[in-house]
Amino acid sequence: MSYRQSNIRAISLPSRWFYLTATFFLTLTGFGQMPIFKRYYIADIPGLGWLAEFFTTHYIHYLAAILFLAFAAYMIVDYLALKRKSRKMTATGYVRAALIAGMLASGLFLVVRNLAGSNLAADFIIFLDLCHLGLVMAFLFVSLYCLIFKKQWTTVR
Amino acid sequence: MGQQISRRSFLKGGLAAAAGVAASGIPGSAAVAKPDETQHLATLLDISKCVGCEACLEACSEANADKYPDPQKPFPKMYPNRVPVEDWSDKQDVNDRLTPYNWLYIQHAEVEINGEENELTIPRRCMHCVNPPCVKLCPWGAARQLENGISRIDSDICLGGSKCKKVCPWNIPQRQTGTGLYLDIMPSMAGNGVMYKCDRCYQRVAEGELPACIEACPEGVQTIGPREEILKKAHALAKATNGYIYGEKENGGTNTIYVSPVPFEELNKAIEKGKGKPHLKPVKDTMGQANNLAAAMFVAPIAGLAAAVGKYYKSTKNSQ
Repeated sequence: MSYRQSNIRAISLPSRWFYLTATFFLTLTGFGQMPIFKRYYIADIPGLGWLAEFFTTHYIHYLAAILFLAFAAYMIVDYLALKRKSRKMTATGYVRAALIAGMLASGLFLVVRNLAGSNLAADFIIFLDLCHLGLVMAFLFVSLYCLIFKKQWTTVR
Repeated sequence: MGQQISRRSFLKGGLAAAAGVAASGIPGSAAVAKPDETQHLATLLDISKCVGCEACLEACSEANADKYPDPQKPFPKMYPNRVPVEDWSDKQDVNDRLTPYNWLYIQHAEVEINGEENELTIPRRCMHCVNPPCVKLCPWGAARQLENGISRIDSDICLGGSKCKKVCPWNIPQRQTGTGLYLDIMPSMAGNGVMYKCDRCYQRVAEGELPACIEACPEGVQTIGPREEILKKAHALAKATNGYIYGEKENGGTNTIYVSPVPFEELNKAIEKGKGKPHLKPVKDTMGQANNLAAAMFVAPIAGLAAAVGKYYKSTKNSQ
């Protein structure tokens, strides 16, 4: 059986779970950077107290971002090298990819901002903060739309 | 007073003038061989010189009065009810702790020096960390660090969420409810005023002047200059007086260096601590832990790429 015939699935089940888990923790800890979980009692729920600890959410956000970056690189190369012949990106796939690329780019700038000695302009940092948050919100809405209307990232050519 | 603490003032006055000022030994100014705005300015506080006269405190209030909050009352009803109203507008005279109206105060410590009981007085304000978590973790960019190392909170942008206070190892920023941008957005649902703290008189420093507290001190307790130079002075002072240093390594390094004749462990036990009254304990580098992961973040895509290439090689080999 050739590779093209055996890999019709857009994404394997482990990859799917990896993506969902990393995205879930990135979103949760990302929103945790705002002082809202304690204010709105979410951190009072047993087991969720850590959501009010900013250094903890910050650290987990970094860990999840590392996993997501590795996963994103893997999926890009996997698609370009193996799956592109049998599958093509959908319009919603391109939209999600663009939003993720924006989030990763702004996020990496923010990582650099957090290093000692970094010297990004204050207005640029405000732009990055708002951009990162705005892209996440847009990504969540697009993902919800794709979930409701069963839109896939790729389709068979 | 044009001290040589910024490139602007240096360029204005020229090297000769700057050297002249340095040579004149104006209290509070450190000789700066290579003025550079991109270099952090640090302050050295010689605790043994402080007499607790509070001249610094008065000068601070005078210099920064126009930055103090002017809250609108009554405050908007906030939801949920647990959100605390923090109102210092009727207690503006409180000067024995940090408040939105008091960015510097004097701590007192009864300690034993050479077998004798002594009272030490310690000016306390923002430490202006080298990598300040209040700035780096502010979700809106309202807190910012200037190139010269001063960290300050932009009261026009701050929403008063108090995250900066929680992540500050000394809990320095203080909140005033009923003022700031949150009133124009969703005052009941998000935000709670503006956070205030010492901005080390950034406007005066930008004009080549000294921060008000340094200029007003009759005892010359504080010295300001490039961090590297201030550290050298601090170590020389500590060596000469058998003293102890605080602020050099705390939280990964700060731009406020204290030199004390007694160990800071003892000082920390002797001072009154609590809300608005910062401690003098050792502090680990709070930003360091996550920043250690930064390198992994740039390596991670390579790992993912390698895994995909491995899969490609394997599938190619299998299909052959």
